[in-house]
Amino acid sequence: MLHISNLYKIFNYGEVNEKIALQNINLRLAAGEFVTVIGGNGAGKSTLLNCIAGVYIPDQGTIHLDGREITRLPDYQRAASICRIFQDPMTGTAASMTVEENLALALRRGMKRRLVRAITEKERKLFRDKLARLELGLEYRLTTPVKLLSGGQRQALALLMATLVRPKLALLDEHTASLDPKTALRVLELTRTLFEKENITTLMITHNMEQALRMGTRLIMLHEGKIILDVNDGEREGLTVAKLIELFHAASGEKLQNDRLLLA
Amino acid sequence: MNLTLLWSTFNLGLLYGLLVLGVFITFRILNYADLTVDGSLPLGAAITAILIYTGTNPFLATLAALPLGALAGLMTGILHARFSITPLLSGILTMIGLYSINLRIMGRPNVPLLKHGTIFDALTGLGISLRASQTVIALAVIILVIVGLYLFLSTELGQALRGTGDNEVMLRSLGVNTNRMKILGLAISNSLVALSGALIAQYQGFADINMGIGMIVIGLASVIIGEVVLGVKSIPGRLCAVVVGSILYRLAIALVLRIRFIEYTDLKLFTALLVTIALISPKISKRFKQAHKLAVAEEGQKDGLSEKVGG
Ligand SMILES: Nc1ncnc2c1ncn2[C@@H]1O[C@H](COP(=O)(O)OP(=O)(O)OP(=O)(O)O)[C@@H](O)[C@H]1O
Ligand SMILES: [Mg+2]
Repeated sequence: MLHISNLYKIFNYGEVNEKIALQNINLRLAAGEFVTVIGGNGAGKSTLLNCIAGVYIPDQGTIHLDGREITRLPDYQRAASICRIFQDPMTGTAASMTVEENLALALRRGMKRRLVRAITEKERKLFRDKLARLELGLEYRLTTPVKLLSGGQRQALALLMATLVRPKLALLDEHTASLDPKTALRVLELTRTLFEKENITTLMITHNMEQALRMGTRLIMLHEGKIILDVNDGEREGLTVAKLIELFHAASGEKLQNDRLLLA
Repeated sequence: MNLTLLWSTFNLGLLYGLLVLGVFITFRILNYADLTVDGSLPLGAAITAILIYTGTNPFLATLAALPLGALAGLMTGILHARFSITPLLSGILTMIGLYSINLRIMGRPNVPLLKHGTIFDALTGLGISLRASQTVIALAVIILVIVGLYLFLSTELGQALRGTGDNEVMLRSLGVNTNRMKILGLAISNSLVALSGALIAQYQGFADINMGIGMIVIGLASVIIGEVVLGVKSIPGRLCAVVVGSILYRLAIALVLRIRFIEYTDLKLFTALLVTIALISPKISKRFKQAHKLAVAEEGQKDGLSEKVGG
């Protein structure tokens, strides 16, 4: 499904502030796998997702999606198969546009934009049905500008938008981190129903170790641009946050100083 | 102010309304401050004037402004999108280049049209006055453009354009080539601005190399006046509002000119002040509201009523 080999990304190459953000990343995802990604600040998690999405072009290595090489494809040309959810709910929706306008934009992910009416009555009905399933009452607010919604509502809408056209691969970057605990839980539940239960191949970055252990089928840990831990479902059973920290020490040879990573 | 003056002010407001609609597309829809307009307005005026001067049908001469304006926008768009030059600088580069091009097109700094028939003479044969003919034609063009823009903005392509101005990152993640969208928006905008120049030249009876100076500020002033005065939210409402803004701006100028010690050359300063006030007034009113809220909160605390008032 997704095959990354020998991937390097270096920022500010040859300058004093040169930063090797990713080094020799090798990763293979099978179709339908749901992988949680953890690691401290600056470990390279977002950079990895950005390379896969095409926002950054890697300096070395290749990325294949479904057998097709996409290493140097511009981001907007990968959008047909890859969807993204961002940490900031503002990034996932267009604030000045209405709920239905946002959904209509997402319904044509990866398609050519034509000179025909953007929203048909039939699509409006589809939007209402799908929104009703979120149980946030958004089905009655199709023509509300998204900027009037709460952060949680916007993030839920972003999740729905991402799955409106079934993606081959979903990239979620700390998409619950800026929400209050209760809302974060709701959005996490939605993530389960919309991505995990639908067997959409997913990479989900999180800073919550509990969450990383409970969700999905596999866990990887990044440290200084390298994958230092990769545990699949069988091995994950019986793994606790404490054990995970121990494993981190063993793999990185360092004490874990990052409080954020420890936050459960 | 007498009725005739009021009427011609209204006509001129409508013709500048096309410039304002162009500025609305870049400034409000694309979120892009485009200075190309200072060059594309005289570009439209220049091409139309010289074509009419050399005997072309005024209708065709006016239409010629559209593709040329689009080309100017395309240029700015390519400088910005392909070569990553900032929006402001891209616009300035095109604008400066256009100054020479406009001179080349006209072959002299000023082309008079007083002895030539213009598009506004089209209806005078029907027995209505020139002024009435100007109103009818200007209104027809404005309505056509507003309806066209509204229809375009509700298509898939138009929505992608709106989305690009709102959230470029998201639109790219949804597979939209946002660079292409910006170029498209700039081309549409500047073709309208050039059309505005083409009609204004015919209205005033000449095209002048310097007629573009300060057009961006006039456009912004009108957009803001229209939005503040009418305060509508829907897209068709906003399109109409900015044209009303253009007429109100012309009215304000006409009124200011009646003040005895104000010279015609002071107008640019007046416009700059107007836009400055319009741009900072939302911030001032916000601060005022905040102060008001705090005062209310303090009152409430004194009464033991209020718990917490967020700012
Ligand atoms: N555009 C950029 N230019 C220069 N350096 C960058 C850029 N983006 C990321 N970096 C650097 O690359 C390293 C990895 O950053 P990245 O954002 O991938 O970390 P992360 O694992 O997502 O961290 P966090 O948990 O804080 O989000 C960091 O040291 C960061 O400073
Ligand atoms: Mg990150």
